[in-house]
Order: sequence, then C-alpha cells, then structure tokens
Amino acid sequence: MTTPAGVVNVGADLLGDAVADQATPVTRVDWRPPMAGTETDLATVAADPRRREANERAVAAMLDVTATLVDVLPASEALGLQRGEFLHAGPPIGWDRASGPLRGALLGGAALEGLVEDPEDAAALFESGTSVSLEPCHHRSAVGPMAGVVTPSMWMFVLEDAASGRRTYCSLNEGLGKVLRYGAYSPEVLTRLRWMGDVLGPLLQKAVRGTAPVDVTGILTQMLQMGDEAHNRNRAGTLMLLRDLSPAMVAVGVDSADVAESLRFIGGNDHFFLNLAMPACKLALDAARGTEGSTMVVAMARNGTDFGIQVAGTGDEWFTGPAQLADGLFLGDYGPDDANPDIGDSAITETAGIGGFAMATAPAIVRFVGGSVPDALATTRRMHEITLAENPRWSVPVLEFQGTPTGIDVSKVCRTGILPQINTGMAGKVAGVGQVGAGLVTPPAEIFPKALARLAELAGQ
Amino acid sequence: MTHTHVELRPGAYADSVTLLQVSRTVQGLDGVLAAQVAMATPLNVEVLTGMGFEVPDATPNDLVVALRLAAADGLAAALAGVDQALRDATKRVEGPTEVAPPRTTASALRRSAGTPGHDAIALVSVPGASALVEAMDAVDAGRDVMVFSDNVPVEQEVALKRAAAERGVLVMGPDCGTAVVGGLGLGFANVVSPGPVGIVAASGTGCQQLLALLDHAGVGVSSALGVGGRDLSAEVGGLATREALRRLDADPAVELIVLASKPPAPEVATEIEAYAASLGTPVELALLGPGQPDLTAAAESVLRRLGREVPAWPVVDPTEGLRRVDGVVRGLFVGGTLKSEAQLIAGTEGGHTFVDFGDDEYTTGRAHPMIDPSLRLEHLARAATDPDTGVLLLDVVLGHGAEPDPAAALAPALAGIAQPVVVAVVGTAADPQDRDRQVRALVEAGAEVHLSNAGATRRALELIGAQS
Repeated sequence: MTTPAGVVNVGADLLGDAVADQATPVTRVDWRPPMAGTETDLATVAADPRRREANERAVAAMLDVTATLVDVLPASEALGLQRGEFLHAGPPIGWDRASGPLRGALLGGAALEGLVEDPEDAAALFESGTSVSLEPCHHRSAVGPMAGVVTPSMWMFVLEDAASGRRTYCSLNEGLGKVLRYGAYSPEVLTRLRWMGDVLGPLLQKAVRGTAPVDVTGILTQMLQMGDEAHNRNRAGTLMLLRDLSPAMVAVGVDSADVAESLRFIGGNDHFFLNLAMPACKLALDAARGTEGSTMVVAMARNGTDFGIQVAGTGDEWFTGPAQLADGLFLGDYGPDDANPDIGDSAITETAGIGGFAMATAPAIVRFVGGSVPDALATTRRMHEITLAENPRWSVPVLEFQGTPTGIDVSKVCRTGILPQINTGMAGKVAGVGQVGAGLVTPPAEIFPKALARLAELAGQ
Repeated sequence: MTHTHVELRPGAYADSVTLLQVSRTVQGLDGVLAAQVAMATPLNVEVLTGMGFEVPDATPNDLVVALRLAAADGLAAALAGVDQALRDATKRVEGPTEVAPPRTTASALRRSAGTPGHDAIALVSVPGASALVEAMDAVDAGRDVMVFSDNVPVEQEVALKRAAAERGVLVMGPDCGTAVVGGLGLGFANVVSPGPVGIVAASGTGCQQLLALLDHAGVGVSSALGVGGRDLSAEVGGLATREALRRLDADPAVELIVLASKPPAPEVATEIEAYAASLGTPVELALLGPGQPDLTAAAESVLRRLGREVPAWPVVDPTEGLRRVDGVVRGLFVGGTLKSEAQLIAGTEGGHTFVDFGDDEYTTGRAHPMIDPSLRLEHLARAATDPDTGVLLLDVVLGHGAEPDPAAALAPALAGIAQPVVVAVVGTAADPQDRDRQVRALVEAGAEVHLSNAGATRRALELIGAQS
C-alpha cells in the first residue's frame, strides 16, 4: 500500500504528534463536543444512507438555478392575494404574539388597502381576526424584508427560473428610515407607498416587459466583486439594475417627470436591489425543498418574535425559537433598549451563502455592523465550517476567489456549535418608530437540534 | 489551613491527554497540594471524590477544576496557572497564520484537497459517541479512516462500514489501537522495517506482539491494518477484514498475509476463509482464543511458512534472579489481547487475576493506560500489599503514541515491591522509547523481562509452581 501523504487528526493531539514525528504532515481538527444532547441524533443522521447523495442533489439543484426578473405585478395578480389577506415575514404568527414593528406594518398595510382610515383603528380588526388573515410570505413563494408585510395592492417583482418555470416574488423596496417594513405607518410612509403603487410599480412593469429579462443571479455575481454582500450593502447591485432598466424606463412613454422621480428614487435607495437579491436566493433554495434525507437549510426567517428555519429533508415544517437582539450600531439617540428582536425574511441571503456569509467581500460595511476587516474575513471562513459547498458563481476576490459558503448543514451547526452569521437592520420595538440601527445576529441555537431530531426521526423510518 | 476549590466550566473542552498534561503542570505549582483538571465523566467524578473533592452535579461536557492548596490566598495564582497551562496545552497551529483551524474532519479534508497530502487519511480519536460522525466525513470524501475511539455502538460500526464498503474505503476500527499503513505508523504502532508480511488484525496489542516478534526474527512488515475487535462478529460480518485483505492482496510487496483475530462468528468464518482462499496471496490465519496457539506460536508459524529460522525469544534476568514463591499471579495489563492471552495460558484454576486497564470501563473520559500509567500504578501498589499476591505479571507496550518513557514511572514503583515481577516488553529495537534502555531500567528494578508475553506468563506461573 502507498504511504499516506498526510493525516487528518481529530481527537487526541498526541496521536497527531506521533504522525508528525514520522515526518508526515498532519492537519489537526479543532474538535469540540457537539451541542448538548445531540450525539445520538448526529450519528443517526450521519448513518442515514440517503444523506450524502441527498445533500449532493440539494446543493446541485440550488446551484443550477438562474433567477431572471421577468415581470412586475400587484400582489393581487401575482399571488392572488385577496382584500383582508396580509403576508408577513418569518414563520407563522398571530396578532396576539406579533411584535411592535410587525403590528405597525400591519396597521399601515390595513390603511393602505382602505380597510380603515386611521392606521391605529386597524388594531381592532386584527384583534378580532374575523375579516383579516395573516400568512407567512414563504407560504406563497414570496419573501419580505423586515416586517415583510404584503397587501394586495403592493407591486411585486416576479423572478423566474427559466429551466423549471418556477417563480418567486418580493415587494418593491421603500428606502431606509421611517418605512413600513420597519413598522412605521405615519402619513409620509403611506404617501410613499401610494406613489410606489401609482407610479413606480406600473413604470417598472412597462420597463421590465419592454426589455430583455434582467439576469439577477448575474448581477449578484458582479456585485459581490464590487463590495456588496447583498444584504446590508446593495449599492453596486442597485446601480447595475438601473443600468439595465433605465433605457426602457425612459423609452416606454411615461411622463418624463415621473420617470425622473422614479430614477431618483431608485438611485437614492442603496437597498433597492435587496428586494431582488432575496427572491433570487429563495428561487435557488426552493429548488432543494423536499429533498428527502438532506440536512440542508432552505429558509431562515424571523417575524420579530420567533426565528424559524426550514430544512430540505423535513418538508415545510418550521423549527422555531425566540428571535434574538442584534449586536451593532444604533442610529441617533437610539440604544439597545429601543430595538426589537430580529425580524425579516432577508436571512434568505445568508441561507443562500451571501449577506453575513459573504462578509469578507464587503469590507466597506464592516464598521456599520460593528466589526473589523479581519473579523469579516474570519466570519466568511467560519461559515465554511457549517456549509456543504462553495458557490462557484459567487466568489470572493480577497479570499483567492473562493466561492461563498453555501448550503447550511444542520448537522455541522450542531457539531461545531457555530451559528449562521446574519447581517441585519434593527427595527424599533414600538410600532411606528421605524429603523433604529443595524448589526449582526445569529439564530437561537436550540432550533438546530430540533431540526436535527426531526431528521433523525425521519432517517429511522 | 489547606484550602479546597472546585469549579465547573461548562462548554470548556480539551481531550483527556491534554488535561492530563494540564493537571500535572498545575500539581507542580508552588502551594498546590493536589490538582485535577478533567472532564466531569462519571469515572473522573469518582476519581475526584476519591481524592476528597466534592463535585457538584455536572455533565461530561463540563470541565472540572479541582485544587487543594496549602493556603486560601494562593487561589488566584493557582487559577492563573490552570489558565496558562490550558492555553499552553491547546496551542495547535504552528507558524504565523490567521486562518482558524478546521472544526470538523470534513472541513480538514476539504481544505487539504488539491494540496500535497490530498490523499490524506483520517485518524479519529474523539469520544466514542462522536466517532461515527467524524469517521463518516472521511467515508463521504472517499478517504480511508482509522477509528482509535472505543465505546462506539456496534450498530454505528455496521452503518459506517456498510457506507465504506460501498465506496471502497477502508475503516480501521473502531477501537483500533494500532496500524501501519504503507510504513506509516498510526496510533500505538511499533517501528518496523518494510518486508514481506502484511497483517490484518482485529486486536491492537496482539498485532503489536506479532510486529515485535517478527522484527526480532528479522522479518519486516509492509502494512498492518487493524479492523477492530468486532469486525468478524456476526453483526459486522467482516466488512473491514475483506477490504483490508483486498488491499494487502493488491500490494506486490506482500508475500504472506497474516489474519490475527479471535475466532470469527461461524457464519463469518466460512465467508472470510472462502474470500481469503480466492486471493493470489497466501493467508495465514492466526486465531486467538481457547484451544488456539498463542501469539508467539502464531509468529513462529509465520516464520516457518516463510522458511525463516525461529529464534529463541529474548529474556533478561535481574542479577539476583527470581525466587519461587507461594500465592497467585496478579496480571496488570495495558494491552487487552495480552491480558486475554495470559489469562488463557493461566487457565481458570488457581485464583489468578488479570485486569486490562485499557478496557472501556477504565477509559471513559480518561486517557489510555499506554499514555497515562497512573491508574495501573495505583493498582500495582495495592496488589503488592495483598498477602495473596505471589507474582506480579505486567506488560509494557512501546511504539509511536505510547508513553515516551514508561520505565521512568514503573521502575521506581517496582523497586519497592517484595514479590517477584515478570514483565513483557512489547516493542521493537527502533521504537522511540529505546527498548533496550527500557528493559535495562526494569531489570535494574528487579524485574525479569521477556519479549514474548506468552513466555512471560509461563514464567510467572512457573515461579508459583503452577502448571500451564
């Protein structure tokens, strides 16, 4: 037999030393015990004969998807959303447990739809629950940033995977500060939403229909090499979208003042592209949904109260725990006491391997989320410890063009105790306040052992 | 006034060997009377209780720091010493690098892909409950793996070896103490020259005895592949043995394969014998157990089959010689197969006792006695004060990974013992411990030293006038 060229040593260092003494290179694993009580489930899942191939299929399916922007439609048309139906971010929740920013966004949404004149009058509607209903965006092939409230009249981006024809949806981004998705519902918030419905949405629809489909996955590839991580920084992506859409926006024959206002609005909102990055990530991850035996996470989402994950091998079941408070920087006089726990479907970006996972490629914003450049490099490298693959399309120049860490493995999270790193905005905990800061957050650790236990149960059947 | 301090550190972890070093370092600090830094496994808690420490409710994932100090004002300095020792002991990455070390076997294998050493094999010695998970990473990556860990449930062994068989991967273990893969020693392996013999062994120390005897006879070994003690059971069905036989058969350097194991389960025996017969390389079965030849006889049979001369196995006497005594043989072993072999030779009559300190019941959360001799030394002192003890029979196993100087602790302990002591030193001349120096130190302490464990056992029985 040939002499091994190297040894990976996991466990007693002394056994690695004995190999090193024989002039053979040793790679030492920094092994630590797994999350408490997970040993048996980890072994059951590792021994599941379906696992390896299922994870390979799940990763391949995800990486195969190309997302293009094919249309812009009101939610009533795109999703068949009826009057009184409200979508929200995160796992399922009722009004009784909803946090301040989610309540604020629902109040504003009810006023936008004309269910009430004054947003605060809508509280009674939601308390009684007779004429209104709440449902997660994820249950309708959609994603929503922060509160993620979608009402029938809101315009949605429509993304499509050309190969399968599958579609995902996301609302149009309102900008930062006092905006509905952060729970604000003042008159200026509603005025902006009405303008988006009356002017911006129809113009974007004409422009998208009047030009070649926009390759959203391709823009993501480029923006990751231009300092965006596509969660808290979308500046390059937004400008590339403008580049692709502006000729058609100008050419479709809409009043030039409206075109100018729309271009100014998009160009002035560095986060405009986030609402395309998110559904592109969901489109890719949904391709892996329902892969029996796979331990890959296909969604991470928060409703401001609960943090939930869904896993490829466990169908549409949510595994939830309490949403955490982000650690970061605050706007103005706001402080930690003003912040609401983590909220939004935008962690779909980290689930797909960008956002916090691609922090190394976005050094410009490391301070904004309270870190340093070495922290950013270490974060991306650390996420490779809990992921199944590298995304060859999304590469990080400063890490020698290594692909971003992609496909969170429930088993590896339980084994290492390393939690997914999420970049996030912070909403005020009181309804109506809006954004109070931005920072870093992780899921509650206990949801991963919960998902693992379910995977182990299914493996045993 | 002495001062006792016990604290739990949940979530802190270091392997038992590292913690042994830490405990030793802390014990050496000024003002520290006793110190134990260990994971709170039931066995370690028992040890701590025995040392007079009260340990609060803890899980095996908690690190316990237990200190007895000459005075309470030395606590801060002692705790600083503990922290420093933990830091020093857990330094892992050499050279300037800002890349954190890999946290899983999968990550380590992925990082090494495409670089020299890309055909690395994995060596797993994490606690048994986590061993399958790490080893499966290697199988997933198509790499061979040695599982040194014990306490692995048999159904996990079956699952691991089935997955490995599908991918043509060799799983050595679980509970595989010894392997030589293409000349590279893994685990507790002796330093041997390359040669015509390939070994497939279901027993670590049994394999080491064969390596030592063949080496003394001038016969080299190109590979010795451990398969774990349960591989030839009905449950596991010889999955790793087949793969190991296939690998050695494909190796042109191997002229004779030796399969050393307890007798296989009957249904497995038929299948493995048929498989062995189908190979181009002859296979010598060295089956160990009641009614079977001992390891030394097996080595002699291998030598004869190769047409080599069978040498006299070396014995070194102390100058005074050992006297005949009354009483029973107390066998205190670190090698499981060596212990079983001695027990078989002694038979069930006569009240002799044999203990294997490498058995699972002594190693949960604790380093193997070939690394940490303290448990056996304690029992040795106790056995020496037992009026029924006639002869003490010990093994000392050398090789990579084993204690760097076992005689350093053992010889002083033997010097104070009144009873005759017979020791089997299992090792080769090239082993890092310097076998001849080890033998000299033990002989100077009054022991009679054999290379053959069977020879040592027969000599111990002879000294008490028993028949073997």
